[in-house]
Amino acid sequence: MAAGGSLHVLGELAFGLRSGEVAALVGPSGCGKTTLLRIIAGLDRDFEGSVFLPAKGRLGMVFQEPRLLGWRTVEQNVRLAAPRASDTELAGLFEMLELTAHRNHYPGELSLGLARRVALARAFAVNPDLLLLDEPFVSLDAELALRLREELAELVNRRSPMTLLVTHNLDEAIGLADRILFLSPSPARILAKIPVASPRETQAPERTAALRAEIVRRLKL
Amino acid sequence: MGWRLISLGLLIGAWYAGSQLAGERLLPGPRAVALALLDEAESGALAFNLGATLARVAAAFVIAMALGSVIGIVMGRSPIANRLGDPWLIVLLNLPALVIIVLAYIWAGLTETAAVGAVALNKLPVATVTVREGARSLDMGLDEMAYVFRMRSWTRMRHIVLPQLAPYLAAAARSGLSLVWKIVLIVELLGRPNGVGFEIGVAFQLFDVTRILAYALAFVAVMLAVETLLVQPLERHIARWRLRPA
Repeated sequence: MAAGGSLHVLGELAFGLRSGEVAALVGPSGCGKTTLLRIIAGLDRDFEGSVFLPAKGRLGMVFQEPRLLGWRTVEQNVRLAAPRASDTELAGLFEMLELTAHRNHYPGELSLGLARRVALARAFAVNPDLLLLDEPFVSLDAELALRLREELAELVNRRSPMTLLVTHNLDEAIGLADRILFLSPSPARILAKIPVASPRETQAPERTAALRAEIVRRLKL
Repeated sequence: MGWRLISLGLLIGAWYAGSQLAGERLLPGPRAVALALLDEAESGALAFNLGATLARVAAAFVIAMALGSVIGIVMGRSPIANRLGDPWLIVLLNLPALVIIVLAYIWAGLTETAAVGAVALNKLPVATVTVREGARSLDMGLDEMAYVFRMRSWTRMRHIVLPQLAPYLAAAARSGLSLVWKIVLIVELLGRPNGVGFEIGVAFQLFDVTRILAYALAFVAVMLAVETLLVQPLERHIARWRLRPA
């Protein structure tokens, strides 16, 4: 695949996703992770290759920035993207993401962490068959990122979309993914596909550390 | 508010002093103008002429804003449309209002259509340029978001495009309103049998400064009312999401 004028951002790569599966894309900055997500989302059409999406699949996406409508309230932002979501579904979603108190606030009144959660709520409200997450927790403080990660894990377990998560945080990938795809520097190829045993369950810190050490050894990071 | 009243008081005072210096024939005082205004109001002529002029202002304003917004959005979003339309815009922007009005009357006759059309055509390029500026600054990120979430085009227009254009539309409306009503008076002077412009034309031929001032003041008052009762509340409503402190 190639993208962006004559610039080769992506090399040859291929992978598939099962429904309910989370794949994390990990790789160095500028290796084309975001470009890959944009191609899958249909935002970049200048590439060679093919993307097969679930038939009549609904797409949910969390961009690197929240991309909320500043002139609509939190609730309106979510409803506009997901007009078919029921009141109870939305209430449950807001409850889980601790947004209930902010339903009638405008995005300008929210902190970045809250705005990120609204973007997550919007992506989940469409009940997606394919969920694309582009570094959804970057530049948040560690504690909040960890909590949002747990919330995301719970949402994935409950609704089982296919999920593709771009991150440069290995712990985040280990904590959320069934499989971790490691990409090379641009033009990106897949260096390794590493499965995670019993994903999204609380694991002993030693096990996480062991997996981390194994990844580092195999990729010579 | 207090300072505004003082300023207004000073203006009326200066007017009075000026009329004493220049004489009532050249510059009638506030009292004489107020009496003339009352006379016109009692005979019903004031309401009739104000109504005729306001109707023309409203029609020309609505036509120019609607067309200007559509053309502005298209030109702002499509480089080809922009390159095609830009020379036309420059010609229209630099064509004197008087030329457009005279040509409209010659080609379409001394009709209401020609009058309103000529005014709308004068205002059109200004509205187009302002809205085009807004359409150029639309956030691409939100466009992509709307695409990913498969929002319908009406939803995109109403909730994504128009709110971003609102400040530009408001600016176009505000400058447009003052432009339109000034040109409407000229159109009426040149080829309509009623309206504030026509009355001022008649008063000019009779050298009746009192009547000129009476009609001018009445019309300024009406436009001030439109501004404070219609334009400003609308702007506040549109900007309500900005007003709340974080």
